[in-house]
Amino acid sequence: MGEDLQELIDRLPALGDAVLVTLEMTLGGALLAIVIAVVLGFGSRTQSLWVRGPSRVVVEFFRGTSLVVQLFWLFYVLPQFGFKMEALAVAIVALGLNYGAYASEVVRGSIASVPKGQWEAATALNMTWFHKVRRVIFPQAWALMIPMLANLLIQLVKGSALAYYITLQDVNFWTVELRRATADTFFSYTAGLIVYFVIAYLLTWGMNILEERAKRRLGRGTRPTLRETFSLKPPTNARLANTQMPAGGGAA
Amino acid sequence: MNDDSIWDWERAWEVLPDLLAGLWVTIQITVLGMIIASILGLFIALAMRTPSRWLTTPLKFVVDFIRMTPVLVQLVFVYLLLTAVPGYVVGFVVLGVHYATYMSEVYRAGIEAVPKGQWEAATALNMSKGRTWRAVILPQAIRNTLPGLGNYAISMFKETPFLFAISVTEMYKAGQDYGANTFSYVEALTMVGLLFLAVSYPTSLLVRRMEIRLA
Repeated sequence: MGEDLQELIDRLPALGDAVLVTLEMTLGGALLAIVIAVVLGFGSRTQSLWVRGPSRVVVEFFRGTSLVVQLFWLFYVLPQFGFKMEALAVAIVALGLNYGAYASEVVRGSIASVPKGQWEAATALNMTWFHKVRRVIFPQAWALMIPMLANLLIQLVKGSALAYYITLQDVNFWTVELRRATADTFFSYTAGLIVYFVIAYLLTWGMNILEERAKRRLGRGTRPTLRETFSLKPPTNARLANTQMPAGGGAA
Repeated sequence: MNDDSIWDWERAWEVLPDLLAGLWVTIQITVLGMIIASILGLFIALAMRTPSRWLTTPLKFVVDFIRMTPVLVQLVFVYLLLTAVPGYVVGFVVLGVHYATYMSEVYRAGIEAVPKGQWEAATALNMSKGRTWRAVILPQAIRNTLPGLGNYAISMFKETPFLFAISVTEMYKAGQDYGANTFSYVEALTMVGLLFLAVSYPTSLLVRRMEIRLA
């Protein structure tokens, strides 16, 4: 145990690099996912079949084919068609597309549950469509969607462990290396899982704060207790919780 | 070998039997995993309702820990730790336990959704605690949880490819092996993706119908 711990301490700088790679994938994937989610979420709501049809097809395609298949397809098959991407870019694109498709359902559901009167009132005030969405609809939908987006973000972090198999040196890679050095499976994998847990926990905490801010902007702020801020909240909106989620951390 | 075109239909047909054999393994693992998840999940949900904090606090930590760490790493961890157990068994047990932590939330929500009047009526009829659970609460709660169960079954189905890491030849691994042997991943991996879509999309439509019906 003492030797194992010494080995772990020696590998702390490498852990920093590994966490950085995992965070790059997480933040890159999440940013791509949210852009895709907003575009496809609004696309799935339009009247025009020419927009709605393709949006639905893209969403169902990326939800229906597994993340593993998508990642390796981008890594092994796409270069044969003449597109070669760096491994990090492959991971970000695969995570972004997959979780973006899931998140688009969250965006669509949240927008649908903003009361219709809000749209009508904004129309009565002669706002343009973009103005309505930006100033009235989206801020309300945003507060609803954060808990579920937080779940998806945790899923994304967990999915990023796959990147080790396309040569990226992330936390999973660090864990495997630690095991190689210590020859102690239990110690090294427990350490690796704890690192993932801490990352996921900090991200959940950040999302709790974002949710609180979004609610306060709507005048629904309920200054949470310290205990609530640090807790791992399940989604609060029962109606939205039914939109199909991937293996949602705490989604019901 | 045909070097001109990237896509070769003949090869796509050739790989199909391997993939269907893999699909069968994938489905077995999903079913066995979901059986574990739905039973263990219920027990977790019931245990979380006990008033004793000495039980719920550590249990909640364990459940959160399993839920918030990658199932891929958990699979490899258990596989390396229990060298005597075959990968197939490690696969469905670890997936089952991981999904049990999700399912416990589904059960919790399902139990909480049973109206309070049902509890009060059971008390008024002088039912014992066990009978109240078995005859009144659980039948209603489980009905509420069926769509959640269906959705998680679909997502577990799509996560079985993680088992390639512990060398279980499910559908993805079958495709990857074919690609490694023939140096051509194009047909094999594309077919794997399409087969996943062909199974999971119709199933998700069924679950959605059930959701509307039960709502």
